[in-house]
Amino acid sequence: MTDSSGPLLAVDGTPLKRKLAQSMFRSRARAFGLALPLLAFIIVVFVYPILDFLRQSVYDARFATLMPATSEAIADWDGSTAPTEEMAAALVADLVVAKKEKTIGKVATRVNRELSGTRSLFTKTARNAKKMKHPYMEALIKKDKDWADIETWHAMKTASRVYTPAYIAAALDRKMLADGSIVQQSEERRIHVQLFARTMEISFLVTIFCLILGYPIAFLMASLPLRTSNLLLILVLLPFWTSLLVRTTAWIAMLQAQGVMNDLFVVFGLATDEDRFSLIYNKTGTLIAMTHILLPFMILPLFSVMKTIPPSYVRAAKSMGATDWTAFWRVYFPQSVPGIGAGALLVFILAIGYYITPALVGGQDGQMVSNIIDFHMRKSLNWNLAAALGLVMLVFVMFLFWVYDRVVGIDNMKLG
Amino acid sequence: MAEAQTKAFVEFQRVQKSYDGEVLVVKDLNLAIPRGEFLTMLGPSGSGKTTCLMMLAGFETATHGEILLDGKPINNIPPHKRGIGMVFQNYALFPHMTVGENLSFPLEVRKFGKSRRETKVKRALDMVEMGDFISRRPAQLSGGQQQRIALARALVFEPELVLMDEPLGALDKQLREKMQFEITDLAHKLGITVVYVTHDQTEALTMSDRVAVFNDGVIQQIAPPDELYESPENSFVAQFIGENNTLEGVVKEIKNGVALVELDSGDLIDCKPVNVTKPGERTRVSIRPERVEYNKDRLQKGVHTLQAEVLEFIYMGDIFRTRLRVAGNDEFIIKTRNAPDQVRLTPGTQIEIGWMPEDCRALEA
Repeated sequence: MTDSSGPLLAVDGTPLKRKLAQSMFRSRARAFGLALPLLAFIIVVFVYPILDFLRQSVYDARFATLMPATSEAIADWDGSTAPTEEMAAALVADLVVAKKEKTIGKVATRVNRELSGTRSLFTKTARNAKKMKHPYMEALIKKDKDWADIETWHAMKTASRVYTPAYIAAALDRKMLADGSIVQQSEERRIHVQLFARTMEISFLVTIFCLILGYPIAFLMASLPLRTSNLLLILVLLPFWTSLLVRTTAWIAMLQAQGVMNDLFVVFGLATDEDRFSLIYNKTGTLIAMTHILLPFMILPLFSVMKTIPPSYVRAAKSMGATDWTAFWRVYFPQSVPGIGAGALLVFILAIGYYITPALVGGQDGQMVSNIIDFHMRKSLNWNLAAALGLVMLVFVMFLFWVYDRVVGIDNMKLG
Repeated sequence: MAEAQTKAFVEFQRVQKSYDGEVLVVKDLNLAIPRGEFLTMLGPSGSGKTTCLMMLAGFETATHGEILLDGKPINNIPPHKRGIGMVFQNYALFPHMTVGENLSFPLEVRKFGKSRRETKVKRALDMVEMGDFISRRPAQLSGGQQQRIALARALVFEPELVLMDEPLGALDKQLREKMQFEITDLAHKLGITVVYVTHDQTEALTMSDRVAVFNDGVIQQIAPPDELYESPENSFVAQFIGENNTLEGVVKEIKNGVALVELDSGDLIDCKPVNVTKPGERTRVSIRPERVEYNKDRLQKGVHTLQAEVLEFIYMGDIFRTRLRVAGNDEFIIKTRNAPDQVRLTPGTQIEIGWMPEDCRALEA
């Protein structure tokens, strides 16, 4: 009674907040219990693998574990003086073990990533390592004069780091030198930044095309009577229920040089038989097919937002003297913006990670980041670089999401 | 009325409307509204009243017939060129604009200059006493405030004709009564013509100069409120406007403007013949609950009376509402004022009731 500023108490004297928490505990525990199986499933098969994989973008212990002596010896080396005899001895000792354990291939691959052309140097030297005698440095150089090149040792020093920014640097067309500094790759080896830019460009264009094509359809669906709009909705959803692969291959049949579209162009005299348009296996093909496939993701959020805009707004605008266009642009359109936001974000984020369609119809200049990630996963087996590319893309998408939230506001987005 | 016909500001001439080509929603509508009149279209839902309003606004086209505004046919004029102000059921205030921007909108599309717009917006807001709310968003306003803004927006470009489509439907009772008064007051002050649509008969009676009662796509009766209430021309109007007791029977004779009706129970009563013409016709007799008298001293001498049994007595504060069984009808209601000398009838008592012959109207069956 005297201390009115203190916490509110329940009748039995316990603080009201704690009392509330106690009474809420059961229902919360129940809710958590219901969500638990899914939560566990997601953590085990989704969150953990992703984090573990992303770790590979900065973590690579292969060289350090397979060549322990060399890694230790090279760690003390400053990189500017000549390689020491001690390092050479450690290297030869490690090579002998690596040869015996048949792990030399992995070591050679790892160093080759830092300095191409070193793969055969390692495998070749490892075959003779057993016979090498003191002084080891001379023995190595006698076997191959590349061992005299300080770059080879630099490459090993870089490879020996367990936690390394080298892969992320590579994903951004940078290269880490032995002294830890990061420089830009030589011009002809810069591919990733350009690839990211192209991925952005394709995603952006696909989003724009989807908006241009989807907005009128959504508008029509929202203004037609229920029966007709349901029919249209089914037509929009129809491709959804068709396999992605089928739709993509259908576009190949449509767009290829001897395909339906080009045949029509020839018939109507828009192209000659010898000089047909190349509509596929390039960026055009990727754009057309992706726009078609992602269109429902634009139409559905737009439709669900437009459905909630009462027709009386446009009527009110017209009764006040606005022409059809003014009523649309000043009154209807601003209210459909949350739908545009949701649709655009959905399409853009789906497009940025698109894989099958560019792989099938993209040709050379229609490839996107996900295709190069796939290449590193399955062909070059450079999982670390694949992880680094994925990380860069994830960070970038999150950045875009943040920008979107600042500009449009995530609360302004409506999915239905 | 004769003057109204010659100087009609809004005129419907033989207007018909069908949505599907099978059913007529509006059947052969003829209506003339003089300048400055507050006309209410009243009727149950689906009676065609809103359709008429939408045809006048230009959002629906008439299937047949002409609609004239100030003597000129407007069938082919698009809504935005008609210059008619409109207040919608849910106000239709643009949620992405402030109150000021909402009001400024009709002036902007008319290409008014900035300073002129500001003066007009300010004047319109002051008119509905909402001057302080100019920079608020509609979502920040209460229902009544939104209603006022919607009204101001419909008036800001100074239209001569304003249409209102159940504008008070979403408000609570007290606020609704206040707004009813404000709207009529404003309309008369500005001298505008108002066509008002509602299904609330109290609203229609309190606000209008004339009320057009719609049913089944036809105007059943068009008259000033008092005439409509006291002299309904047919059973529908009698039932729809206010509360009514009905008794059924057959006309025995008509003389000196009084019809003698034999009720199905065998009782005889005197009525005013409204749309019965000859003896032998079946009729539905209608009496207002407040015109029924059971105090013998106040009954006119010589009128027919009926025996009634009190079934239920409901205390309603200002009035008493008593349910009786009269001539086999269990739903016969009488209303009496809560005066100090008023008797409170107890259920089970037998009383005698009667009324003035002119209050008892013999309508078609």
